[in-house]
Amino acid sequence: MSLLLEPSPAIIKEQKLYREMGLTDEEFAMVERILGRSPNYTETGIFSVMWSEHCSYKNSKPVLKKFPTEGKHVLQGPGEGAGIVDIGDGLAVAFKIESHNHPSAIEPYQGAATGVGGIIRDVFSMGARPIALLNSLRFGELTSPRVKYLFERVVAGIAGYGNCVGIPTVGGEVQFDAVYEGNPLVNAMCVGLIRHEDIQKGIASGVGNTVMYVGAKTGRDGIHGATFASEELTEQSEQKRPAVQVGDPFMEKLLLEACLEVIHSDALVGMQDMGAAGLTSSSAEMASKAGSGIELNLDLVPQRETGMTPYEMMLSESQERMLLVVKKGREQEIADVFAKYGLEAKAIGRVTDDHMLRLYHRGEVVAEIPVDALAKDAPVYHKPSQEPAYYREFQTIQYTPAVDNYEETLLALLSQPTIASKEWVYEQYDYMVRTNTVVAPGSDAAVLRIRGTNKALAMTTDCNSRYVYLDPEVGGKIVIAEAARNIVCSGAQPLAVTDCLNFGNPEKPEIFWQLEKAVEGMSEACRVLETPVISGNVSLYNETNGEAIYPTPIVGMVGIVEHMGHVTTQSFKQPGDFIYVIGEAKQEFGGSELQKWLTGRIFGKAPTIDLHVEAKRQKQLLAAIRAGVVASAHDVSEGGLAVALAECLISAQGLGAHVTIQGDVVSELFSETQSRFVVSVKKEHQQTFEQLVQAACIGEVTNDGTLHVTNGDTCILHVPVETMRNVWKGAIPCLLKSKD
Amino acid sequence: MKFAVVVFPGSNCDIDMYHAISDELGEEVEYVWHDADCLDEFDAILLPGGFSYGDYLRSGAIARFSNVMKAIKKAADDGKPILGVCNGFQILLEAGLLPGAMRRNNKLTFICRPVKLRVENNETMFTSQYERGEIITIPIAHGEGNYYCDEQTLQQLIANNQIVFRYEGENPNGSLHNIAGIVNEKGNVLGMMPHPERAVHELLGGADGLKLFQSIVTYWRDAHVVTT
Repeated sequence: MSLLLEPSPAIIKEQKLYREMGLTDEEFAMVERILGRSPNYTETGIFSVMWSEHCSYKNSKPVLKKFPTEGKHVLQGPGEGAGIVDIGDGLAVAFKIESHNHPSAIEPYQGAATGVGGIIRDVFSMGARPIALLNSLRFGELTSPRVKYLFERVVAGIAGYGNCVGIPTVGGEVQFDAVYEGNPLVNAMCVGLIRHEDIQKGIASGVGNTVMYVGAKTGRDGIHGATFASEELTEQSEQKRPAVQVGDPFMEKLLLEACLEVIHSDALVGMQDMGAAGLTSSSAEMASKAGSGIELNLDLVPQRETGMTPYEMMLSESQERMLLVVKKGREQEIADVFAKYGLEAKAIGRVTDDHMLRLYHRGEVVAEIPVDALAKDAPVYHKPSQEPAYYREFQTIQYTPAVDNYEETLLALLSQPTIASKEWVYEQYDYMVRTNTVVAPGSDAAVLRIRGTNKALAMTTDCNSRYVYLDPEVGGKIVIAEAARNIVCSGAQPLAVTDCLNFGNPEKPEIFWQLEKAVEGMSEACRVLETPVISGNVSLYNETNGEAIYPTPIVGMVGIVEHMGHVTTQSFKQPGDFIYVIGEAKQEFGGSELQKWLTGRIFGKAPTIDLHVEAKRQKQLLAAIRAGVVASAHDVSEGGLAVALAECLISAQGLGAHVTIQGDVVSELFSETQSRFVVSVKKEHQQTFEQLVQAACIGEVTNDGTLHVTNGDTCILHVPVETMRNVWKGAIPCLLKSKD
Repeated sequence: MKFAVVVFPGSNCDIDMYHAISDELGEEVEYVWHDADCLDEFDAILLPGGFSYGDYLRSGAIARFSNVMKAIKKAADDGKPILGVCNGFQILLEAGLLPGAMRRNNKLTFICRPVKLRVENNETMFTSQYERGEIITIPIAHGEGNYYCDEQTLQQLIANNQIVFRYEGENPNGSLHNIAGIVNEKGNVLGMMPHPERAVHELLGGADGLKLFQSIVTYWRDAHVVTT
């Protein structure tokens, strides 16, 4: 809309146009009180976007406060581009996960690609060199053409962006469930490495210092997605731009290299990505954090299109842009670094001392807002919470599955898309570039060596949202515990977590209850397992036609492998090794893969978890790995012990296993009881292992290429590994090819 | 011996190439920016993988106009070893230093995985440390590795023994005659889609690529002894 068509402050107020931008009547009154007048169109836009849940966390803040965020290794907790944890040797690891769900539902390729781009910028804005990408994806069942399209294009978008920037995509998870049909989840995580002295912050300090803009030019993309969509105005032939931004990974690569070079200049004061709410959030947040003010001359902002208004420039979410604060008089040094990469660093404003965000356009002040009102003093709401009826009902259900053919069941479970091989996905990602990937996708966690040290980093993303749906608090605990299990199985000590809370509409008390309970469960697990939350993101309103997704608090966890020799994978290594199981199976099938396959739905109680037992087992297993007596380690998760054993064999070559179980066969094979591991141990290490770990020896690795399970003297499973591998590997390509 | 790793805007395997030479081979190596005029001080030139200039057009189609290409052509004329891997191979094709062209993978998706290669010609300065017919495992990671050339060129490649590597077993991208790597007629310019620099240490899953770099060093040492 041209400047002349913008409604006046009086009209915005009279016609309540602010409502269409997402501000409530109360919030608009607050804005008037803060300004001492009615806001103009640009200011209304700025308030509405900064007070959106996405930028302000206004509904989730009280809940997020419950997360433990401190620990002895934490160098930077939540609030900056990414959290940072010390890993010794003067090095630290920076990481964060973020959602790009709604853009991906509309335009899956660009939605996913720009999600990856955004999280990479968050990490290098801290001064960290991005070394790995992970993701966590949720789609509807892989049977409808729409879901197949979303799945294929999201994966292609992640690949297209990450591969081009040259950051390996080393891990992730993909799950399929009907609740995600209209609202897929695309969460992307980036991990970076940084020397302590290089840590940057997004602050605008030093009155008189210069604000510089670098990267792609500002266009009109993303404005519509952020806020305003008035029918009347659309009919007045307004340019409607796609709500989804278009990514330019080449620009990102240039920006990344230039920014990582510029951090070594002491002329740089602060740096922040222009992410959601672009120029508005980066400038207001940088000033608010520094206790300063900022003024920008919008005429100097590099623009992709002619005639852009202040409103459009401030709300644009064009990608691949960074805002820098630079010491006055040293702008040229900074500009020279960017020029080497063919980029222009342009001075567009300066730091002031009056705590105001002031915008100039064509010689006039077009907005004047206290920065704190936009950032740390944004409104906070305590939403009502109510236990949903389904939860009470589920607590009364004791579900016992009936299984008559164990082999058929095992093969069916292996072919469920959630369990089946994700090779079709990760082969499209360059998971090796930068040649640090020691454990590639497909094992419990990805492991990357740290060049120049004898250490490595293990990383994973996890969330079993079915358990969280059945019981948010218990499910929340399990999310953290399972991530830690994957890290430990790789030979690493879990360090910290980043989380992405994907939930439905928080204005519904039942949804808010899910959010609250899940965070309580996660927080307790984080405390017991000593993995503080160092960064995160919230994605609410994930609903289609009033139906919410399962509560899906996805976590990314990073751990440190203290010695390369500790790196462990899930695959069995050699015939004759003993197979142990840590932890006993209970009859727990609520939310299990078996329940889903047999009944087509999820109900009943989530599996129980005792976090202290979990912590003890993880400590014991890690001690055994560090003592060098563990040949392989794998956690028991979806599909239970039978699936875990199958995975240990499928990922090995030419091996089999002979295992004896006792007790209830269905529980032993398929129960998803928590805090369990399958471990193989060389015969000569048996004694040491048993001294270190409480575990039951259930059999041994063979060379006959068959999974052979007996109950007492009765053979209950006898399946060639090749058969399991074919089913497991073929499931997803087969579903994608089928035409129904 | 001194290697150059040429860095184009958008190169991203430059660091891998650099470390393969410095850490695993222990030879001297330097990054050279795309605007360099002269490569005379270097004994071998490496063009790494990546997405030069974003590869939004055909892969390598813009990089071939880089200033450094003049110096690379001169080095090729001088008979120095020039290795282009992945995007480096694509650039060599676009620059006309190697014959043929690259198409999108026949399955239209990017593919990253270790593949088996057969060493078809071990009489080049890049492959002398391999056995002829040796099967090696080297990773691929590309979206456009489907090599193509016309029939006449193909016959020349075969007749001159210019096909250095072929995919063994499954052809991952649909390339003509399972071609994975070719040399120029003179034998000093090698282009290949698989990444030998990613296979230089058991930690990374294998070290079959190391012999390729060792072959270059051996060639240079032998030549150096003869000429001095």
